[in-house]
Amino acid sequence: MGIVKGAAFTYLAILSNCANRDHRLKNSNKNNSSQPFPADPSRRTLLKGAGLAGAVAVSASSAGVVVATENQLRGNNFPSALEALETLTAAEAEVLEAICDCLIPSDESGPGAKEARAAHYIDRSLASHNRDSRAHYLQSLMAINEQSQKSYGANFEQVARDKQLTLIQALQNDQIPGCSPSSRGFFALVRDHTIDGTFCDPYYGGNRDFVGWDMLQYPGIRLSASETDVRQGSALSPNHQSAYDNATYTKMATNTVKGRGGNQNA
Amino acid sequence: MPRSLPKTDVVIVGMGAAGGVAALPLTNAGLKVVGLEAGGWLNPRDFAPDELRNNNRNWPQTIQKAASEAPTVRANPSETAVQGGHPMMNAVGGTSMHYWAQSWRLNPWDFKVVSSTLSRYGRGRIPEDSTVEDWPISYEDLEPFYDKVEYAVGVSGRAGNVQGVMNSAGNIFEGQRRREYPMQPLRSSPFTDLMSSAAAKMKWHPFQGPAAITTEVYDGRPPCQYHGFCNKGGCHVQAKSSTAFSTIPKAIDTGNLDLVTFARVTEIRTDVSGKVTGVEYLKGNEVFFQPAHVVLIASYAYENVRLLLLSKSSAFPNGLANNSDQVGKHYMSHHQGSPVAALFPEDLHNWYGLPAQGVAIDDWADDNFDHSELDFIGGANLWVHTDRKPIGAAKMNTFGEAPSWGKDWKAFIARNADRSNTSYIQKTTLPYLNNYLDLDPSVKDSIGLPVTRITARYRENELRIAAFAQDKMEEWYRAAGATHVLRFGLGNAMGATTHAYGGTRMGDNPDTNVADRWGFCHEAPNLGILGASLMGTSGSRNPTLTVQALAWRTAEHLANNWRSRAV
Repeated sequence: MGIVKGAAFTYLAILSNCANRDHRLKNSNKNNSSQPFPADPSRRTLLKGAGLAGAVAVSASSAGVVVATENQLRGNNFPSALEALETLTAAEAEVLEAICDCLIPSDESGPGAKEARAAHYIDRSLASHNRDSRAHYLQSLMAINEQSQKSYGANFEQVARDKQLTLIQALQNDQIPGCSPSSRGFFALVRDHTIDGTFCDPYYGGNRDFVGWDMLQYPGIRLSASETDVRQGSALSPNHQSAYDNATYTKMATNTVKGRGGNQNA
Repeated sequence: MPRSLPKTDVVIVGMGAAGGVAALPLTNAGLKVVGLEAGGWLNPRDFAPDELRNNNRNWPQTIQKAASEAPTVRANPSETAVQGGHPMMNAVGGTSMHYWAQSWRLNPWDFKVVSSTLSRYGRGRIPEDSTVEDWPISYEDLEPFYDKVEYAVGVSGRAGNVQGVMNSAGNIFEGQRRREYPMQPLRSSPFTDLMSSAAAKMKWHPFQGPAAITTEVYDGRPPCQYHGFCNKGGCHVQAKSSTAFSTIPKAIDTGNLDLVTFARVTEIRTDVSGKVTGVEYLKGNEVFFQPAHVVLIASYAYENVRLLLLSKSSAFPNGLANNSDQVGKHYMSHHQGSPVAALFPEDLHNWYGLPAQGVAIDDWADDNFDHSELDFIGGANLWVHTDRKPIGAAKMNTFGEAPSWGKDWKAFIARNADRSNTSYIQKTTLPYLNNYLDLDPSVKDSIGLPVTRITARYRENELRIAAFAQDKMEEWYRAAGATHVLRFGLGNAMGATTHAYGGTRMGDNPDTNVADRWGFCHEAPNLGILGASLMGTSGSRNPTLTVQALAWRTAEHLANNWRSRAV
């Protein structure tokens, strides 16, 4: 994955699918009318909608644009076409995607940060909770690319895996100049955010299809855990629920418990 | 000009763990109380099982008043202090919303550290630069109030000493109590059972610790559901006995509590004679003056001290109740760091459970063991507990067995996510010369008032306890089958903490203490103080129940002596 195959063809494919995509979005909401506001319109409900429609979906990948088949979508290991770049530029996103994949790789043991959509989580978080880190990403992703160009003559996401790993090791060893707050500091930051994005509640745009929780054999959020549940531990079958699949915790909750005695007029 | 409101009997600054308890005996006695709270009401809808939001992003603290008044920290007076985070939160119920709810009584020794040490070990064992004094009251004086709070808020646990009758299922080192806890302890788990049996084999005395968490239907609230997520959040079924769900609603039901939310108190006013007349607060964009016969401040150690130092007047040019220069002195951050972590060869079954669901060892705490051949006084309570969440698990230490990223790291965390545990070791901490709180000379909060500055570091006594306790903790983990054990640093600077003590110490000597034995200021007798800022020693366990027992005692004293205390 990640190799451009017939760029002209795929560009046309994107154009011809744009209208369909909007249509699918509406349908997927309609099909889930019991949940009037899906926690994250870009996560599972949408992929299911795409699969049902039997459509060809389009996705940004590390080196360009490729066409994904329905089968790949069902395999749940392919980035969604419906991820906006909320804060990162396309070029930055490609470097970050490759960094996340080095930190928590997809391998024979199972999916990693790429399938969890950690980079998508980070992009979103840089517009909200992690906004103070945005400038660190701007400077450091550029610095990593420059080091990659200098050492290997190509952008980070384009060089071979062993070269990428050498660069990440250099980043951790404080050896890549121009990073912010420092080479080692950015390593710690992006590692932290990649873990957050891989193992957080899927509401936040990462841990797609619970691949992070499954990796740890975490059986999932339960509002009540019996002694039997506890004794089963990791053998307990995962329930694959977001906290916000429970209406109690959403803005639309109906079981409001009203606070008492707050005098709003001083 | 501030808008002046009708005078009330008592105003309480801060409706948290302490103020929320004090309101009940006051309003039950028929006194009219205005409770000023900087936060608002939270309810079970707010307490989503969301690790990222609660634990990593510190919701809801990040958006609150407290966030802008986080103290600055430095180890020594020669350094420039740096601002960190604020560990507490603003809400009705305060930090009793999101605390771990461990609800201990202090050990009788903690009240009499000086006299007990002198009589058992002779002179020379109290660290030379320590300013420690015996408390003006004993464990026995506080016992009735511990009892009242345990029943009023709802604490679960197993007594170890009921009127001299010992039970080894509880803490056999605890002081004598009048009766059993109102509820049985939280249930054990496969992991706590493993640790308990390992401790018992070593002839130690493991027991399940007390928690302000229900284990049966109590006062109309359901029992704990053990789902976890309360170590940085409130309880989704109100099983955690926050004052917001226990004593405060009862105080409101008396009709005598006027609870004002989102009120930010900026100054306590005094008249020329030095009597306190009321408090000034900001709500929205308007400034109010709330006159009162008596003011009780219950805003946490850092804010209690700050509020006094900010309240300057002709009677108190250096800050309220500070003419003896004792406000901010005898400060301690509880030494609760320096943990030991362990890796086990099997899963521990900790994905569900909570920090208060644990097992304790008190054999090495306080003066429960002979210190004749040791080079320190005091000790540590050892605590291990359930509660594991995915992000925290993925960020675990790799014990030298794997790098910190990549394929091998991924394999390591996939295998060991539920096999690691980190202990919680709370140690005796003493007050010292040059460990103090004052106002930072340059860092201001969001309305331009200086924040509290912490100048403090742990001394030899604390570091020696830490090393000793780590030995014991490692022994315990090894006995339970741990294959790897890691020790963390012994400590240096005292940072901002959820266990902050001193700053308005309670004692009979007005030259060395801000408050008298009832919690009222020596220099301003109609100003009372609630909170751990009164405490002259830390004990080796969580402070909240002691804070609440002291608050109840101060409130009851005020109600019983209204004519002499009120102005």
